[in-house]
Amino acid sequence: MAVVSVIEAVREAIREEMRRDSNVFVLGEDVGQRGGVFLATQGLLEEFGGERVIDTPLAEAAIMGIALGAAYRGMRPIPEVQFSDFVWPAVNQLIGEAARVCYGTHGSLNVPMVVRIPYGGGIRGGLFHSQNVEAMFFHTPGLKVIAPATPFDAKGLLKSAIRDNNPVISLEHKKTYRLVRGEVPEDEYTLPIGKADIKRPGESITTVSYGLMLHYCLEAAEQVSQEGIDVEVVDLRTLKPLDKETVVESVKKTGRLLIVHEDNITGGVGAEVAAVAAAEAFEFLDAPIARLCGPDVPTMPFAETLESAYMPSTETVAVALRNLAAY
Amino acid sequence: MARPRSTPTKKPPTKRPAGAKPVQDSAAGLPGGLTTDDLVDYYKKMVMVRLVDERIWALNRQGKVPIAASCQGHEAAQLGSLLAAEKDGNCFLFPYYRDLAVKMSAGLTAEQVMLSFMGKEGEPYSNARQFPLQGADLPNKVIQISNVVAAGLTQSVGYALACTMLGDHTVVLVYFGDGASSQGETHEAMNFAGVHRLPVIFICENNGYAISVPQRRQMNLDDLASRAAGYGFPGFVVDGMDLVQCYEATHHAISHARQQGPVLLEMKVDRFMPHTTDDDDRRYRPKGEVEEARKRDPVVTMAEDLVHRGIITRKQVEEIAALALREVDAATDAADAASPPGASSLHEMVYVP
Repeated sequence: MAVVSVIEAVREAIREEMRRDSNVFVLGEDVGQRGGVFLATQGLLEEFGGERVIDTPLAEAAIMGIALGAAYRGMRPIPEVQFSDFVWPAVNQLIGEAARVCYGTHGSLNVPMVVRIPYGGGIRGGLFHSQNVEAMFFHTPGLKVIAPATPFDAKGLLKSAIRDNNPVISLEHKKTYRLVRGEVPEDEYTLPIGKADIKRPGESITTVSYGLMLHYCLEAAEQVSQEGIDVEVVDLRTLKPLDKETVVESVKKTGRLLIVHEDNITGGVGAEVAAVAAAEAFEFLDAPIARLCGPDVPTMPFAETLESAYMPSTETVAVALRNLAAY
Repeated sequence: MARPRSTPTKKPPTKRPAGAKPVQDSAAGLPGGLTTDDLVDYYKKMVMVRLVDERIWALNRQGKVPIAASCQGHEAAQLGSLLAAEKDGNCFLFPYYRDLAVKMSAGLTAEQVMLSFMGKEGEPYSNARQFPLQGADLPNKVIQISNVVAAGLTQSVGYALACTMLGDHTVVLVYFGDGASSQGETHEAMNFAGVHRLPVIFICENNGYAISVPQRRQMNLDDLASRAAGYGFPGFVVDGMDLVQCYEATHHAISHARQQGPVLLEMKVDRFMPHTTDDDDRRYRPKGEVEEARKRDPVVTMAEDLVHRGIITRKQVEEIAALALREVDAATDAADAASPPGASSLHEMVYVP
């Protein structure tokens, strides 16, 4: 198996699907000649031409509306939002329109579209190049949301998303793009949307996370394992639909739950995970459900000190695990 | 895109001064492709739409229709453009919420319309999930997902992009009001369509009001059509109270769009009724303005025109109205007797497999 980065896995997924299905096309800012600012679409213009790799004007609402309209005609567009922070002008097209197309036509129309969104902090991006935007989409019926953390998951889930007949938001943590490398099979594969993955089995505490934070959870679990704390690390991989079953089964086994995400704590994905665990595994819990999340400030700030103060880290996850184990 | 980047010739639609009288000499004076049968056919449609529209308003006052936006005053613009689309045979429509005549002319029966306005099971656009006639009517080539104004414009451009990619030569007609023209997405849609010379006709039904806000408070312009120059494609002002002119303008625009890219048609119309059944336009429209506008009521002027040309008689005018009224009565009764969707269907179609 080849070892590749997350960004290479994303690129390969798009390339393979464009080869497989001529209705798949990409559009967005700088996705063509430039190959995308993160190079997710590098080489696609050369292989597929300007009709299927479309450099757009800087107009996110148009990118999304146009993708939506093309999907009505049976195409499978993959619009790219250059940075998550720029998705807000397109939110009416995504939450207002795309999410409601199937329901609002009682199924006569559907939207086979994947919106790729590089997101997240820890890269000195400041308030407008670091945002976590998942809560909005997570809250919206009609959308699916994937948030893979590894090259294997990124490729398999993105390929499934492209084949899905519903609008899928693909959240790609941009710090993982080059930082995280892993094995990816040479052969064709896809992964099911809506299935979490136990990245590390354990008996004493369940952690639930996704994206960059998954890696901090794995590192912290390794650290505390030497202290006799046996952590099970659940990678949600898909945020919507949420794999409640995997979370609940894990909590029933360990009796303790720590949820980690870098998005703001209030109303985040973790709040829903906590509610599910409380409702469906209440009698198995040996400690209050704990959340380690971004604080309720608008985004991780630019200054190094402030960004570090915002972000959960391997160290703060390890502290949270020790505290939960000691309860 | 595969579309050749030739310079658009600014030839197509005629630009007649607003208020020009319909042609009154003979059928021979009709623009190319138009027959007297077409005129009679579309006059019948116009009468039907007017009666349906009036009935819906009455049903609202009876508590049977929760909400309606009237198209009264817009019929000539909507039907004239539809006539051109129908004759072309390969157009796709993205109407907006005031386009009852577009949607009916595209193929809906009066009964389907009544089912929709009363929120009954089997309503064709959304099976009563949405405001009336909102959603999609794919058999008749119509999509209108929402009434968030201008959201459909970028979508229509995307639809045209896909048609171009698939090489099917469809021309997309997208309708919007003067109110929607202030939205950023209107600019984004026209800009993208211009860049790629997509086969889209932007039809602005300018009735001079965004609910209560008059044109002068919306834009520092007399003619919206002039904005087309900023996107590198032609724009034309059309008398939207004259079906034949609207037909002719759209007919030329369709062939231009297919060969050379977008066209903006500003059809100047009047809104005879308040914004919706929930609105009271006496709070903002000057006294006498609507009465003055109604002197050019297209239902009346078209009947006069057909009679003057000798195409139909006054007796036939009466018969057409009587026949339409019987159909509207039957449609109303049928829809009134129909059932709303069962509550157990609430969760259907959030996703498709």
